[in-house]
Amino acid sequence: MDKLVALLGWVDERFPLSKMWREHLSEYYAPKNFNFWYYFGSLAILVFVLQIVTGIVLTMYYKPDGDMAFFSVEYIMRDVNWGWLIRYMHSTGASAFFLVIYLHMFRGLMYGSYKKPRELLWILGVLIYLAMMAEAFFGYLLPWGQMSFWGAQVIVNLFAAVPFGIGEPLSEWIRGDFVISDATLNRFFAFHVIAVPFVLAALIVVHILALHEVGSNNPDGIEIKKNKGPDGIPLDGIPFHPYYTVKDIVGVVVFFIFFFAVVFFAPEMGGYFIEPPNFDQADPLKTPAHIAPVWYFTPFYAMLRAVPPMLGSQFPGVMVMGAAIVVLFFLPWIDRSPVKSIRYRGNSFKIALGVFVVSFVILGWLGTQPSTPGMTILAQIFTILYFAYFVALWFIPKFEKTKPVPERLTS
Amino acid sequence: MSTDGVDNSRRRFLTAATSVIGAVGTVGLAIPFISSMNPSARAKAAGAPVEVDISKLEPGGMVTIEWRGKPVWVLRRTKETMKNLEGMADILADPDSDATQQPAYAKNLYRSRTDSPNVVIMVGICTHLGCSPQYRPELAPDDLGADWKGGFFCPCHGSKFDLAGRVYSGVPAPTNLVIPPHMYLSKSVILVGKDGGVA
Amino acid sequence: MKKLITAFLMTMMPVLVMAAGDGMHNDKVDIDLSNKASLQNGAKLFVTYCLSCHSAKAMRYNRLVSDLGMTQEQVEKNLIFTSDFSKKEDGEATKVGSLMEVAMQARDAKQWFGTKIPDLSVVARSRGADWLYTYLRTFYIDKSRPYGVNNQRFPSVGMPHVMWELEGFKKAVYEDHKGADGKVHKVISGFETVVPGKLSTVEFDNAMRDLVNYMVYMGEPALLVRKTIGVWVMLFLVLFFFVAYAMKKEFWKDLH
Repeated sequence: MDKLVALLGWVDERFPLSKMWREHLSEYYAPKNFNFWYYFGSLAILVFVLQIVTGIVLTMYYKPDGDMAFFSVEYIMRDVNWGWLIRYMHSTGASAFFLVIYLHMFRGLMYGSYKKPRELLWILGVLIYLAMMAEAFFGYLLPWGQMSFWGAQVIVNLFAAVPFGIGEPLSEWIRGDFVISDATLNRFFAFHVIAVPFVLAALIVVHILALHEVGSNNPDGIEIKKNKGPDGIPLDGIPFHPYYTVKDIVGVVVFFIFFFAVVFFAPEMGGYFIEPPNFDQADPLKTPAHIAPVWYFTPFYAMLRAVPPMLGSQFPGVMVMGAAIVVLFFLPWIDRSPVKSIRYRGNSFKIALGVFVVSFVILGWLGTQPSTPGMTILAQIFTILYFAYFVALWFIPKFEKTKPVPERLTS
Repeated sequence: MSTDGVDNSRRRFLTAATSVIGAVGTVGLAIPFISSMNPSARAKAAGAPVEVDISKLEPGGMVTIEWRGKPVWVLRRTKETMKNLEGMADILADPDSDATQQPAYAKNLYRSRTDSPNVVIMVGICTHLGCSPQYRPELAPDDLGADWKGGFFCPCHGSKFDLAGRVYSGVPAPTNLVIPPHMYLSKSVILVGKDGGVA
Repeated sequence: MKKLITAFLMTMMPVLVMAAGDGMHNDKVDIDLSNKASLQNGAKLFVTYCLSCHSAKAMRYNRLVSDLGMTQEQVEKNLIFTSDFSKKEDGEATKVGSLMEVAMQARDAKQWFGTKIPDLSVVARSRGADWLYTYLRTFYIDKSRPYGVNNQRFPSVGMPHVMWELEGFKKAVYEDHKGADGKVHKVISGFETVVPGKLSTVEFDNAMRDLVNYMVYMGEPALLVRKTIGVWVMLFLVLFFFVAYAMKKEFWKDLH
């Protein structure tokens, strides 16, 4: 034991190990009233690690080659020891990552976690979300099934919609060919396993550093740092370790129950996590009857389809889709209410947030459905409602009747 | 925050129990990942025993086949070369094949199955650092000296083996060449990679 | 809020149902992967009738031994008909560890059948078991097609009725059906056997059930173990939950 202490001392003189432990765990004071919604941050890190670890094994056997990719996935599913489990963990993990992040973002919207002083924290989070979308998009081409191929074809062609004669060369540059091909597959593989994961990992570290600098928000939306005891410790704060580590372990186990239930009993999740047409090898000459992106992209896909082509160009749709994400960056400055948490905000805010979430979910469902005139009208309505949220946030504080925010945490 | 009335033994027990179950879970999850790096069904199928037909193999002739991705030599020795194997003990490192580089049934002078001593089957990988030695059946060539009675010469580091794959003393290779498990399916068909009841 | 969502989904239900599938009917098939006899029979049918043209190049013959309980001899003697032309110039016999490849060259196939012949390794996962079961049982005589047969589930399919020996030939019985446009269409209402085969209708249905059963297994061999392992993992995680939750409770006592 003495030897260990001595070793720790030796390390501490050269690397701030104990200091980091204190700053980020044992003496990082988190509000004591975290509820259900506060599990998803740590769960997101867990899923990220799972994706990296399973991804490494898949990379050992996968062949990023137009002729071999499809069957190399089946090779993993059959010939590689436990390959099926690792592949299903990876495919389920992709969906789980988005599910967890959507819930994590919803938490931020509810409790005003994007507001001062956490604007940068929120922006970093949106960047992580963008990187995840890139990661998922690149990864989805790799199984080289029909959905992979035609999904990538459609998305890359969005770039061809850019006007002023740069669209077509741009999409060819992305593909490295005139259609999605072996060249595209190979570069998407490079992005999926090297480039984007590095960016994601770096962004996640910066996100956590920013969080620990400003401190966590909480369901009451009160800054616990305003009420410190004589020892300088926030009165409503508790050390992250052990209290939230033991709590997050419970969260992880519960998450694993759901996660592995999908992995073992319904890895295709009724065609939402792994789509049946993706069991047909990519065929550049034959488009499947109905193509839809994976569920986590469908809200944006529905927005894209909702906007009619103007002047013979799909570009307006692409713009709207892009704006739906870009607008998130400005959220901290759009919402000017001094009250953070939904608990103390007025009904107008609650209704607006409710409509926003329902619109997003319905857009997601519409994106999975074939396009019909009726569906397009619905998609247009909910696209408008999606953007209406941000307009409403700007005006709501002018007339909103907020409740008084208490000085200390309520529970 | 109050730490009075904390049941420390209960706390220690629950922490230990969670740690143990967590460790079991981690190990359980690690097994598939570690196991996934073992040879796959494809590698195993490719490494399956290989049949060789030696009916067309002349005395002095050698064929090289692939078994588990390695070169395997099947050599049919002539009467003279077999006789030459007898007087080599002085210049060999392990003339009696004491090191277990061969199945028990091949631990003899010819390093072959006893009922077909003229045919020898060897893994053609030098026991030094894994190069594949050259077959040099000729007697006393210029580069190998007057004592050379035919054998294998490794171009990488100069190791020498006789026609039974026995290593010369004073060369880098430490042991004799490996004799793979093999069996005769008939007089002229050998199965490399599997022992059978047939001697 | 929940009521609102439910109400909305209820109104959308008809659209949802209409959007699913191509509107054609599939007969339901009973898949039972624990029935080894059915899987073995399906495997025999598959290599006899399908594998002469279609490949299943993700599947290894020796899985029939390790997963389906056949003997190595059975597989080597009765099921491996092909030679491995693709890999060995001399056409050495396919080994038991080999993949289910096919002797026919892709280019020949394109010429003979006018289309690429799909690999069947995972067809059960892209088409579904019910689709396959229906497709295999709805070939009928149609002189206008190159092979004299058509298929109800997959109209104008380029495949001949390879199992005519077993099923025989049947012709379609039509009935008039008024379409949405007010015109009368002829619609297939059933089939009538013209030339009987070796098997009765019930026997043939059972044989096709076995074949589809095998194809479902072949689409994902891990199905045989996946769910069993899953049950143990679930039990472990539930146990883990109770202990971890008790620990959390114990630590959080400090705070009240």
